[in-house]
Amino acid sequence: MFRSKGFGLLKLIPLMSGQPNLAYKFIHPAIASHGHRCHRRSVDYRQRYKTCPGSAGGRTLSAPQTKNWLVLSEELLLVKCRPVLTWRPLLGHVQQQTGAETEMQVKARIKQYYWCQDCKHLIDAVGIMAEEELPGVLILDVGGTHGVLEDLAALLKKHFRLITMKEFLENKKEMSKKIQSVFVFECRPTIDRELLESLPNLKVIGNSGVGVDHLDLKMISNFGVKVTNTPHAVADPTADIGVALMLASARRLVEGCQITVSPDTKYFAVDWLGVEVTRATLGIIGMGSIGYKVAQRARAFNMRILYHNRNRRRKEEEEAVCAHYCEKMEDLLQQSDFVMLVVNLTPETHKLIGKKELGLMKPTATLINISRGAVIDQDALVEALQNKVIRAAALDVTYPEPLPRDHPLLKLNNIIITPHIGTATVQAIRMMAEEAIANMLAVLNGQPIPSEVFPK
Amino acid sequence: MWYHKPVINEELLQSLPNLKIVANSGVGIDHLDLKLLSSYGVKLSNTPFIVSTDTADMGMALMLASSRRLVEGYQMAVSPDTEYFPADWLGDELSGATLGIVGMGTIGYKVAERAKAFEMKILYHNRNQRNKDEERAVGAIYCKKIDDLLQRSDFVLLSVNLTPQTHKLIGKRELELMKPTATLINISRGLVVDQDALVEALQNKVIKAAALDVTYPEPLPRDHPLLKLKNVIITPHIGSATKKTRRLMMENMIESIQAGLTGLPIPNEVL
Repeated sequence: MFRSKGFGLLKLIPLMSGQPNLAYKFIHPAIASHGHRCHRRSVDYRQRYKTCPGSAGGRTLSAPQTKNWLVLSEELLLVKCRPVLTWRPLLGHVQQQTGAETEMQVKARIKQYYWCQDCKHLIDAVGIMAEEELPGVLILDVGGTHGVLEDLAALLKKHFRLITMKEFLENKKEMSKKIQSVFVFECRPTIDRELLESLPNLKVIGNSGVGVDHLDLKMISNFGVKVTNTPHAVADPTADIGVALMLASARRLVEGCQITVSPDTKYFAVDWLGVEVTRATLGIIGMGSIGYKVAQRARAFNMRILYHNRNRRRKEEEEAVCAHYCEKMEDLLQQSDFVMLVVNLTPETHKLIGKKELGLMKPTATLINISRGAVIDQDALVEALQNKVIRAAALDVTYPEPLPRDHPLLKLNNIIITPHIGTATVQAIRMMAEEAIANMLAVLNGQPIPSEVFPK
Repeated sequence: MWYHKPVINEELLQSLPNLKIVANSGVGIDHLDLKLLSSYGVKLSNTPFIVSTDTADMGMALMLASSRRLVEGYQMAVSPDTEYFPADWLGDELSGATLGIVGMGTIGYKVAERAKAFEMKILYHNRNQRNKDEERAVGAIYCKKIDDLLQRSDFVLLSVNLTPQTHKLIGKRELELMKPTATLINISRGLVVDQDALVEALQNKVIKAAALDVTYPEPLPRDHPLLKLKNVIITPHIGSATKKTRRLMMENMIESIQAGLTGLPIPNEVL
């Protein structure tokens, strides 16, 4: 609803001589998104297929009235090209030539006029794969408290045979060979040695989300299994939540809401104040894709932006958001009114912010965490907040999640905690699944992988 | 005056023969009778520009908090009953959504500047169209008819001042023109919205949600239906409630008072 459809997968290209009809370049979405950064936001992975009542001699495929596109059947149309000789899905739309065509005619035409973007060879065969022959993907469950959402399951089904953990455990012998991929959603299912040993044909673990600190990358790599994540889908919504938390904390939004609805409120106190965001100093620790998008947003609030990163960004990138590099994190901590953590969790960033760092921050400063709970020494944070060493904190992530119900962080009144909702939007959840699917398929089809994660 | 107090009425004006100037904190002057003041020869000043950035920030804060269900999320995170965070608990993205700004004055324009960084599409409705450079700078598209804006927006933000023309500007008809997935954000005055119509619209899911920094009255009576709805967040009129801004407002007011007393031109005089 909010965003325009993904880029078209088919482009018109000039004909080779001798061909009577226009040919289309088939671009595999995994290729299209390979290696590029930022702006393209969705890989349009939806195949719009519909069946129409058949005519004599096979299923007739006919186009909708408005556009000149052929609407294909529900089953997955696959193509095999020389010399790669593996089946890949044919995605996108095929222009209808004249009136209604039978399936046979469509196939014949695809073979005659299409070729594969990556190997430039004509398509050799067109087939329709039955569901059983699709590569198997293991998921925890569909629906329920921790399962994959129904919509996402439907997306997965277009390319994979869905196997839930329950189905796998009930029939290990048969299922274990079929599983070539695992879709990890909200850190589930847990990938341990036992599971990896029981999946001999496992090629890839597609993680939904960008953080992979819950996966033992070395161990997984030892089994010859690749790991992929979804960096593009998460960047915007996570940056939004970072700014949302910064604003909500600065302006005491949650407290304000509580006052407005409280049965005891008789008037709004005049001396009830928050702190300014506009023209304040924001220190971003971790200037990756997400950190940079935070900077872009903060720039519009006229904030002074400092950043600390393993590597300095290019001059043009810095100038675009007016960000100043702080080689030493201490410098950033001492000058910032808002400190935002946007790093990934690694052994180097574990407890990156501890007692010392909190002590360096201004007493009027706010700490915002949208990375991982373990990046902060939580006990030190509790102490700092209780003793007003810093003004306030706003955390989308904690360790663990949720916190135990008697944890001191839950009782403080100068803290906002949200339940890890950095990517909890209708749009992002779908995009993460699409990105994960594109990555998993790229691995299974032996193509360049858009977002592979390597162990250090 | 601070927070609409003391109340300026005929009685007070009659009892203050040497009153030269009333300096109002904040930009809104809908609570003052301008005709009455000028009939007593008393000048009036407000603090228009100081409040703009904070109020615009508040508008963004409300929009973000509403779309991402921040307050609900917080309640879940701290609730004693929470055992896990459900996977199907979702909000809506701001990036790429359409924001309709009703009232593109100083505050409205600053909201547009901020929203642009979130890659929002910006529509606006105003008494007068802004010039092309200003529009281009924030990528804003003018909607001559408010209906257009209402029908196309995912977020409708009100940043008009309260006048007889904007009283109940958003009523039942306007709410029905809005998308059922839209959110209404009000950072102007409570009376710009027909509150009863709003309650009904929210109860019947005619619109998805509302986020209000202002209501009528403030605070609302404790049994008011708006306080019970799940799809509303209300803040206690804190659009300009920051330490720095309040101090600057005070300085502005003092400047105006001094000018008023010495007969010099008054900065921020309201005519």
